[in-house]
Formats: sequence, C-alpha cells, structure tokens
Amino acid sequence: MTTIELIANFSYIVSAALFIFGLKMLGSPATARKGNFFSSIGMLIAVIAGLTAHQIASFEMIVVGILIGSIVGALAARLVEMTSMPEMVALFNGSGGGASLLVGWATLYNTEVSTFTAVTVILAILIGGLTLTGSLLAYGKLSERISSAAIVFSGQRIVNSLILIGLIGSGVMLANDPSPDSVWFFAVLGLSLLLGVMAVIPIGGADMPVVISLLNSYSGIAACAAGFAINNNILIVAGSLVGASGIILTNIMCKAMNRSLANVLFSGFGAIKQGKAIEGEVKPISVEDAYYILEAAGNVCFVPGYGMAVAQAQHVVKELGEILEANGAEVSYAIHPVAGRMPGHMNVLLAEADVPYEQLVEMDDINPRIENVDVAIIIGANDVVNPSAREDEDSPIYGMPIINVDKARTVFVLKRSMASGFSGVDNPLFFGENTRMLFGDAKESISGVISEFG
Amino acid sequence: MELEVVFLTFILVLSIFLGFELISKVPATLHTPLMSGANAISGITLAGAFLSAGAAHAVGGEMATYLGTAAVAFATINVVGGYLVTDRMLAMFKSKSEGKK
Repeated sequence: MTTIELIANFSYIVSAALFIFGLKMLGSPATARKGNFFSSIGMLIAVIAGLTAHQIASFEMIVVGILIGSIVGALAARLVEMTSMPEMVALFNGSGGGASLLVGWATLYNTEVSTFTAVTVILAILIGGLTLTGSLLAYGKLSERISSAAIVFSGQRIVNSLILIGLIGSGVMLANDPSPDSVWFFAVLGLSLLLGVMAVIPIGGADMPVVISLLNSYSGIAACAAGFAINNNILIVAGSLVGASGIILTNIMCKAMNRSLANVLFSGFGAIKQGKAIEGEVKPISVEDAYYILEAAGNVCFVPGYGMAVAQAQHVVKELGEILEANGAEVSYAIHPVAGRMPGHMNVLLAEADVPYEQLVEMDDINPRIENVDVAIIIGANDVVNPSAREDEDSPIYGMPIINVDKARTVFVLKRSMASGFSGVDNPLFFGENTRMLFGDAKESISGVISEFG
Repeated sequence: MELEVVFLTFILVLSIFLGFELISKVPATLHTPLMSGANAISGITLAGAFLSAGAAHAVGGEMATYLGTAAVAFATINVVGGYLVTDRMLAMFKSKSEGKK
C-alpha cells in the first residue's frame, strides 16, 4: 500500500466517524442541523480521499459527472416544495440505486473479475436496478402521473416467481463467466429493472410510506454491494447505516398500520370484509359556530393528515393555532406515524409553517390525555382516527393503532365531502355524538374561523 | 483475498448493528430529514464511481468510462441534493424560544 492509499484509507475512518456522529446528533431537533453538517464534512473527506486512488488516470469525465450532478442536485434541493418531499426522496432513492447499478456494471469491464467480485457485482446490479425502477414508479404514483391505485392481477405471484427464478439462473451463469457482453448480463439487468416495477405496482398510494422507507433501505444495501464489488470499506459502512435506517422506518410504518411487510408488499389493499353498517346522523357545523366553540376551548389538538398537504393548509393551521394560544388555550399537533405519504411528512410541513417542534406530539403521547382535549380538529386525516380500528373486529383496519380523537370532548372534522379514506372503510367518527363536520376546503374553512376571531 | 472478504464482512456486520442502534434513537418528528440525510449518505457510491469513470480500462474502456461518469453524476445528485434539502428542512425546525422573533 502506498502512502497516499494509506492516508486515503485513514480518511475513510474519519468520514465513517463523522457519519456516525451526524446520525447521533439527529436524535434531537436542536442538534440535528449541526449533525447534518458533520455528516456532509464526512462526505467531503471521503470524496477527496476517493479522488486520490492511484487507478484514476484522467479526471475530465469525473469533473463532467460532478458538475452535472451538483447542478441537478442543488436545483432540486432548492426548488422542491415541502409538500412534494415524498416525490423528491423517491427520486433520490432511485438515483442512489442507479449509481450502484452503474458502478457494478462498470466493474465488469475490469480485466480480472473473480467469482466473489462477480457475485457482489450481480447483487449491486440487482438491488440497484430494482431500486431505480421501483423508485421511479413510486415517484409516478406519488405525483399522480400514473394512477396511485394498487394494480393486482391474477397470476402476479407466478410472474414474480418466474422473474426471480430467471434472475437466479442468469445470475449463476454470469458469475461463472463474468463479462459485460454476455447475454446473461443483459438478462440480469433487464430482469432486475422489471422486478422493481413488479414490486411497486401492487402497492396503493396510502401504503407509500412503507415503500419509500423500503426503497431507501435498498439504496443503502445496493451501495453496500457495490462496496464489496470494488473492495471499499467506506461504501460498506455508509451503505449499511442507510440500509439499517430504511429497515427501521419500514418496520415503524408497518407497525403503525398493524400489517406485516409481506401483507403490504404483496396484497394491495382490498377491503374484503365489510365492517358493520354505521347508524347515526352527521351533524354539520357552520364556521361561525365552530368559532364560538373554539373561543371557549382551553385545550385544542390538531390532527393533520395527507389532506392538509393537498390543501396546503399548514400555514393557516399554524395561524389559527397562534390565535388560540393567544386566547389562552393549550395547543398541540398530534401526528400519527403514517399520516402523509412518508415518515415524518406532517412534521416537516408544520415546521415549515413555523410551528415549534415542542408542540408536535406523537400518537402515544396524546392518547393518554385525549380526554382533556376540548376540541380535536381533524384536517384531512381519516383512517388514522377511525374508531373502527379499535372497536369493530370485522373492520379491515381492525387492530391498527389510532389517535383516539373520538374520546375528546368535541371533534371537528374538516372534510371536503363524505368520501371514505384509502381503505374504503366508513368512519363512525363522523357519526359520533360529539363530532361536528365542517364541510369544505380545509384551508378556506380555517381561514373563515380565523376571520371570525379577527 | 479470503482474509479481505472476512474483514469486509466484519465491517458490514458491525455497521449494521451500529446503524440499528443509532437510528432507533431518532425521534418520529425527524424521520423525513433522516430519510433525505440517508439519501445523501448513500451517495457515498461516488467514491467508487470515481474509479470507474477515471481508470484507464484495458478492454472496452470507453463504455466503462461512460458508465462511470453517469454513476458519478447520479451519486453527486444524491450527495449535493440530499445534504442541501436536509439542511433546508432542519433549518425549519425551531424550538419555542427560537420561534418568537
């Protein structure tokens, strides 16, 4: 090992330490920003160390690649709306997968490719490829460029099994005789890309938090595989940190929906069993009456869902929250783990509207004290506040943990119409004794209440 | 060669455990920045992409260079975009005392 290589490898240790430190500081919103900065310094060190590798003969193409990537990345990061973060993260997952795929592919052009290297190259191509197409499809579904409904057809499992068998077969053939010109290589490449598509089409729009987390994890695992292919420590360390992060998030999302990962991945979401028919009367309320109740409330809790993002209502919500606080009420924002289209989506939107993070509370914190809440305001959330999940054993969402807003003294539901949530299940909350429906666009309804305070 | 594989696997296993330990302490409110930050870290493939884009390849050299260049571009998108957008988001998370200007 030359001196330069030695220094490069020591620098990798420093960057690994910085990544770990950065992730540790992400443990609290107060230190998180500094943590991200440390992590980026770690990346800078790793990149510079990578550039010193003795095999690099020319830098022109590297510079071209970095320039293109920096411009695209910086523009995307600057221009993206906070409501579109899930789409953005989906695309980033895809480009991470794509990069690992390409590194694996290029490694096949090396003169000596051992069987071990070939196996890791195949893994990098497989995981990178399916992350790439899977993420692109997830992006399409999230941005509603394609239908976000789950696509399930008969024989889907058979088709998927055939793809897997094909992958294993052509993978073995390629590992025996690794060459980028081999027909087996193209088989592995094509089938991996196809597998990504097949993996995401049966998953419906509201299950996207699980898919994004899972693809996030895959992009890390792909980097790991690429690290094995080119014998690079830092790729393995960083890749496995990312892989672990994605898997933990996937697990949290699945638990929050009371479904197994297999159920999310393979079954779509069919409301097979119909829950009990709901009896009762919907009680609409006017903006003016809502104002009178809120004016007298001492404890108000907002429960946002994807509908808040769609209506872009986060800023008016925060405005109303401030008015209520000035009026002497205690205000909190209760966020269900699967509210929105990715983990933590609602938190970012409310942070964007300047809601202090102390006011953002988790489901497990709010539920024990929900009886003390005078008014719970539901904005564009449905299934995550559906009491059937707790009470009706026949309901398809039975067992899913929910925010028990029906136990609050009064519940306002801001809703466009009486349509049901993604599961297609009726929500008895809307017929509850203490529930009042405020129909209309969430943003307009809240603005209306604010002007009553005016 | 065999020893190297053992070392790499060693590193892999330890980092996975460390990853689980670290990430499970991240609060739910920061899960979106965690994901975009993880995206940035997975751009580490860049360090590997340099080798493919810059090396003088013996056979089929041009193709490998193009593949490597594309890999560099993709990975840079992750690194630059990931860190910038994470920073943008984290800057929005303010505590009560900071919030009142």
